[in-house]
Amino acid sequence: MSTRDDMLTRIAAALEGADRIPPPQREYGATTPLPDIAATFVERVEDYRAVVERVAPDGIPAAVAAALSLATRVVIPPGLPREWVATLESVDGVEVVADQGDLSSDELDRFDSVVTAAAVGIAVTGTIVLDHGPDQGRRALSLVPDVHVCVVHESQLVGDVPESIAPLRDAVDAGRPLTWISGPSATSDIELERVEGVHGPRTLHVLLVGTDHPLPPA
Amino acid sequence: MSGTFIGMPKFQTAAKEALGNSQQRRNLQHATGTIRRKRAGVVDELDNWDELRQAGAAIKDNVLSHLDTYLVQLEESLTQAGATVHWAADAEEANRIVTSLVRATGAEEVVKVKSMATQEIGLNEALEVAGINAWETDLAELIVQLGHDKPSHILVPAIHRNRAEIREIFLREMGQVGTPPPTGLTSNPRELAEAARVHLREKFLRAKVAISGANFAIAETGTLVVVESEGNGRMCLTLPETLISVVGIEKVLPTLEDLEVFMQLLPRSSTGERMNPYTSTWTGITPGDGPQDVHVVLLDNGRTDALADQVGRQALRCIRCSACLNVCPVYQRVGGHAYGSVYPGPIGAILNPQLRGTTSDVDQSLPYASSLCGACGDVCPVNIEIPELLVHLRTRVVDEHRGGIPSGEQIAMKGAAWMFSDHRRWEKAQKGAELSGRALGKKDTIGRLPGPLSAWSDARDAPTPPAESFRSWWKREKGDPR
Repeated sequence: MSTRDDMLTRIAAALEGADRIPPPQREYGATTPLPDIAATFVERVEDYRAVVERVAPDGIPAAVAAALSLATRVVIPPGLPREWVATLESVDGVEVVADQGDLSSDELDRFDSVVTAAAVGIAVTGTIVLDHGPDQGRRALSLVPDVHVCVVHESQLVGDVPESIAPLRDAVDAGRPLTWISGPSATSDIELERVEGVHGPRTLHVLLVGTDHPLPPA
Repeated sequence: MSGTFIGMPKFQTAAKEALGNSQQRRNLQHATGTIRRKRAGVVDELDNWDELRQAGAAIKDNVLSHLDTYLVQLEESLTQAGATVHWAADAEEANRIVTSLVRATGAEEVVKVKSMATQEIGLNEALEVAGINAWETDLAELIVQLGHDKPSHILVPAIHRNRAEIREIFLREMGQVGTPPPTGLTSNPRELAEAARVHLREKFLRAKVAISGANFAIAETGTLVVVESEGNGRMCLTLPETLISVVGIEKVLPTLEDLEVFMQLLPRSSTGERMNPYTSTWTGITPGDGPQDVHVVLLDNGRTDALADQVGRQALRCIRCSACLNVCPVYQRVGGHAYGSVYPGPIGAILNPQLRGTTSDVDQSLPYASSLCGACGDVCPVNIEIPELLVHLRTRVVDEHRGGIPSGEQIAMKGAAWMFSDHRRWEKAQKGAELSGRALGKKDTIGRLPGPLSAWSDARDAPTPPAESFRSWWKREKGDPR
């Protein structure tokens, strides 16, 4: 008998006579009403010591350039709106490369920054979810560079975790990975003291785009 | 190579030694206190915490009672998504499968995501025998590995080490296996984390094979989920060409929607955060993104034995959050090593005897590694009734020793029963105790008893008998009641 069949037989034997418990009666996907969903999102993302700015749609290029004022080599996903990095690209000494899927890990390691969009923002937990669509790129892009600028639209915000699954379902069904990001990488492994910045990007800079929030004067 | 737990003495013996380590007691007191406060804060934020716990328990009970069905579904979904599924009955078979998969790639090293399942089966040691270096990439696991030490906590395996000890380990060991730490390294946690970042980056960038576990495996879609903080998990799951995940069969969840429950329960219970920094999900192979050779090893290793125990099977709900360790007064004092397993604390005390059976000294002793105060059951995010299970397993251990030559404890208990069954015998015994109490003088507790009696006294501080019992005092003050 194969190990597979043996294990399945053992399980069936272990459950002989056991009550077969049905799935719970649960209202999945319940909404969490919040008085100001964007304000909660900003507050909770800041709690993780990430940088958050609220910008108007036409303020994205300037905000991206300002967030990456120290950058020299920036990688972007193939489907990122190119105008988002137009101001940044006009700066002398800054190189912006759109990933075509052929950069090795070592080559990616020579970029200092990455700009991506996002799929979902979860307000209560201050979480950004990437579903790695064309404007977010493959997973290595938003992992290897040390600074991650992530553009989230207010229309992508949900209240809490239960509401976040439905908008991610199509990507998972299409076989795409997900990356849930809550602040910069961190560890509490030394005396439970939180240190931000281990292997993932040490700086997470979130631009929350909404119509009633013009970019404050620079 | 890390130390192993093979041939561990029983809990009471190991605990006595651990209690003598005052540095470790201080480290643990500080760390568990910090994390308890953080957990309590973020759990209080949710009005529906109890409802979530009940949902978590109910989903797991549904999974466990249909485990065969869900595993076959998971296998189908994974295969459909391009992954290769392997089944392993025990540690030896799992290690053999993983070793041959690594060998087939020609790689001589692997990078590892922190995984309880691979620790449980001793995978690193098996790979080492095969001449394959396994690099742990979680900071705490790295500290344990570099220190040739054993893990002592599920979430923070190096919780027994403080920053000064970690600095010493890094200075002594890091340079021998890769990029050395910077000269002038201090014990500032930020600098220590930076040293780990630089040390491991070289390994991440060149690794061809990664090995992980999984926090959840979704049957409906074939999606695996890894919950982490540092980004070492993302590095391992994304950059190498081959990914091998060892997954306990109890990790299955029916649907993607079930994540809404566990992604609220786990981070808040585990690190005391609203959400952990990074969670990765992957569904077999994604063309152009991440490993293109993906394997999943479904591991039994005693889980079907636990499943067969209708009371004990609820221990398989465990999501390895370690909240029960952090609130346990016993764990907080003795630390994790005394439990003789990668699963320490209250959950270890009920899980190990079920996964490994109750043949060894340590596994027989673990159900007694508790004061039954109940704090563990109160914090468990999936409502495992840990105190009830401890009592259940104590019964099992006692039942297994019925018949044959009675133990010293059984003889003593029989004697006690005989003495208590008649008040004249009891009073005589008290007279004897008074005499011994006077003989012991000013000592507060009875020390080590001689011979076989030491089995009782070694793990217990019994107060010395009083010079006068209550009954004697009453008789002297109030006269004989009869």
